Amino acid sequence: MFTYYLQLGLRSLKRNPMLTALMVMAIGFGVAASMITYSVFRAVSGNPIPEKSSQLFVPQVDAWGPQQNDKGEPAGALSYTDAVALMKAHQAPRQTLIYQVTLSALPRGEDSVPSSVTGFAVMGDFFPMFDVPFLYGSGWSAADDDNRASDVVISEDFNQRIFGGANSVGRNITLSGQDYRIVGVMRHWDPKPRFYALWNENAYGDAADFFVLFNRALDLKVDNSGSNSCRGNLHFDGWDGWLHSNCVWLMPWVELDTSEQVVHYRQFLEAYAADQQRAGRFGWAPNVRLRDVMEWLAFEKVVPPESRVSLIVALGFFAICLINTIGLLLAKFMRRAGEIGVRRALGATRHEIYAQYLMEAAAVGFAGGLLGLLLTAVGMSGVGLLFEDDIAKLARLDLSLMGLTLAVSIFATVAAAFYPAWRAAQVQPAWQLKSN
Amino acid sequence: MDIHPILIALRKHKAGTLLIALQIALTLAIVCNALFIIHQRLDRLSDVSGVDESNLFVMVNLWGEQYSTDEAAAKIEQDLATLRQLPSVQDATPTNSYPLAEFDWDNFITMTPDQVGHTTDAAYYVGDSHFLRTLGLKLIAGRDFRPEEVQNLGMRQSNQPPVTIVSKALADKLFPNGDALGKHFYAMTSTPLTIIGIVDTLARQEVDSWSAPYQGQSMVVPFRLAEPWGLRYVVRAKPGQLAAAMREAPKALYAENRMRIIPPKNGLLSYAQVRANAFKRDRGMAILMGIICVVLLAITGAGIVGLTSFWVGQRRRQIGVRRALGATHRDILNYFLTENLLISLGGVFIGTVLAFGLNLWLVTRLSLDFLPLTYVLAGMVILILLGQCAVFAPALRASRVPPIEATRPT
Repeated sequence: MFTYYLQLGLRSLKRNPMLTALMVMAIGFGVAASMITYSVFRAVSGNPIPEKSSQLFVPQVDAWGPQQNDKGEPAGALSYTDAVALMKAHQAPRQTLIYQVTLSALPRGEDSVPSSVTGFAVMGDFFPMFDVPFLYGSGWSAADDDNRASDVVISEDFNQRIFGGANSVGRNITLSGQDYRIVGVMRHWDPKPRFYALWNENAYGDAADFFVLFNRALDLKVDNSGSNSCRGNLHFDGWDGWLHSNCVWLMPWVELDTSEQVVHYRQFLEAYAADQQRAGRFGWAPNVRLRDVMEWLAFEKVVPPESRVSLIVALGFFAICLINTIGLLLAKFMRRAGEIGVRRALGATRHEIYAQYLMEAAAVGFAGGLLGLLLTAVGMSGVGLLFEDDIAKLARLDLSLMGLTLAVSIFATVAAAFYPAWRAAQVQPAWQLKSN
Repeated sequence: MDIHPILIALRKHKAGTLLIALQIALTLAIVCNALFIIHQRLDRLSDVSGVDESNLFVMVNLWGEQYSTDEAAAKIEQDLATLRQLPSVQDATPTNSYPLAEFDWDNFITMTPDQVGHTTDAAYYVGDSHFLRTLGLKLIAGRDFRPEEVQNLGMRQSNQPPVTIVSKALADKLFPNGDALGKHFYAMTSTPLTIIGIVDTLARQEVDSWSAPYQGQSMVVPFRLAEPWGLRYVVRAKPGQLAAAMREAPKALYAENRMRIIPPKNGLLSYAQVRANAFKRDRGMAILMGIICVVLLAITGAGIVGLTSFWVGQRRRQIGVRRALGATHRDILNYFLTENLLISLGGVFIGTVLAFGLNLWLVTRLSLDFLPLTYVLAGMVILILLGQCAVFAPALRASRVPPIEATRPT
């Protein structure tokens, strides 16, 4: 029966090629616009670390006070003073500070032209906290942190450029004139958005080339190449003055595995801020936050407003296309009232009429889906025109999106056909036969 | 024309009428919001930077070795000498950033050193005595920096410059009476900065919405950015020699000192590229909204043609009867045009509500601006015209139905 209805449907579609083409195009354009904008939205709003996103938290402490903070919210980073104090208290099973550094490397020995590499200064817990995968070696231990070792972990890509992909663990690398010992080579690891170092930064930039040991980087006065934000009068004259200023630039992360730990850490943050108030450093009541990964992404507004607006407009567009399809299907089905009357008179049940017309709609939906797939593929190459390259390259037409495109168009068209098919099934056989 | 019979006929086609009206309503809601977004975005594309964009290019210069402040300053002067003597180069200046660059450095501005809240916010440029000339800024009052005023700014130093040149927008904001020249203000400093010059226009570095209240408010201080990481050079080519200058400048710099990095990605950009990068999202949004508008209107138009054709086919006999009873071609044509007009009016009425509803949602959730009424009026006109045009062909076909149809069975 299924194939018979499908045959009937296809024959009927061939009978009004213009009307059919119109419906297929409406579905195709509607679904393509939705899928293209959705692919971008999916890329920018995804969870970069789904298995741990609810265990990783950013502690925030307001060191600027109600008159200078951002509409009541503490800054998205910490000053050196607060960051180091939180680390010293060590109230979380795992914790790290992060700041961005840009260094120079000589890829092919002393006589080559230097190239710029970007990475982060982090603590040993960084690697297990964020599940960083390793190709060779590993991260470093807390003892190495304390010993201020000149350890570095480099990316697979950087290892390829410098060492041709060989196991470089134990070798030295010179970055901006300083020697670092390679302790690990990461397997490709580039979570997007780059949640761990997001404060005021491009969330979709190139993958990090390396991670250096935080304490060592500070000893070497390796400057922060990421954001830095200060309040009030700036008095510092050089590195040490800057470290002890109210400038915020360090991104802290803590891993809290149970809800008790989360409650405990929140209390600790409150107590820390209260202590600072008592000590006279803060002239305001404690104002702290503890956000997990997804809350942090929302706070930092990683999804560009353009992506939301375009998705909403595209969905609206698709809705209009579907309303259009309802109207056209209605016209098409009702034009065949006589035929329906004959079929009903010959014993077809309402249910069968219903099934037949829904099948016809499914065929339209399938054709629309194929056109939509084609348009999506074409549109994907145009995403670069609409968004920055860093974001555009994240939008892909993968298998799941292809499946979704077809499924959405068939499902939506069948849903659109419910009312027209119901109307068709309501046709009274007697009236139709009489007027014929 | 009497609309009563049309209304009665429409009541027989409730579903179809409702579908067309709804489609028109939603189309109106989306089209006028999209047109508004397009207009706003395109507006930004022509934001004035105040600099001589057609002859400028910018270069990121990162140092390949660790230099002390004095070493870096010497290297910078050497680089500038090299750049300035190139035949295709008119002038060059070392700086932290440039208009539309999107790496922003901004300082809060206060009128007293101990004021806690800020009076305003200014984009912060550091430049030498060639900054104004190189960028092609128009000095409308006061004087340029003198070479001896330029200090070195080392790593994480917060030097307090005694003098500054400000944009007219900043001068007017701080001193609305127009007497800013020679006056003082504080830019997160404990000593005052004296305004020694005012330039006509100098746009900010970022184009983000957060800085919209501070639009055009910029200040330049006489510093040489001698930090270990590097700096940016803005270079002005001689008229018509931009391409040659962009080829020669990096070569000359590498020949002079190869321990530097001009990043392959965005390290060397003409100002046209700077502008394109800065407004890429805006242009992209305008393009996307434009495509959606066009396709949407086409699909809505085609939908009206389809449904009206079906109605005409269904009503051939009635049309025949009307013709036989004396209705002219024009009467039949008018009938369908008026019918569509009534549906369209209903549609745009609902659509206006939906348009403002959608806009309100965009305003509250995504902080867009309020939709002006003119866009809705324009959208109404577009959709009513679209409906009339779409219905014209089927209506014309209807008007040609011969009276003899009245006698034929359906």
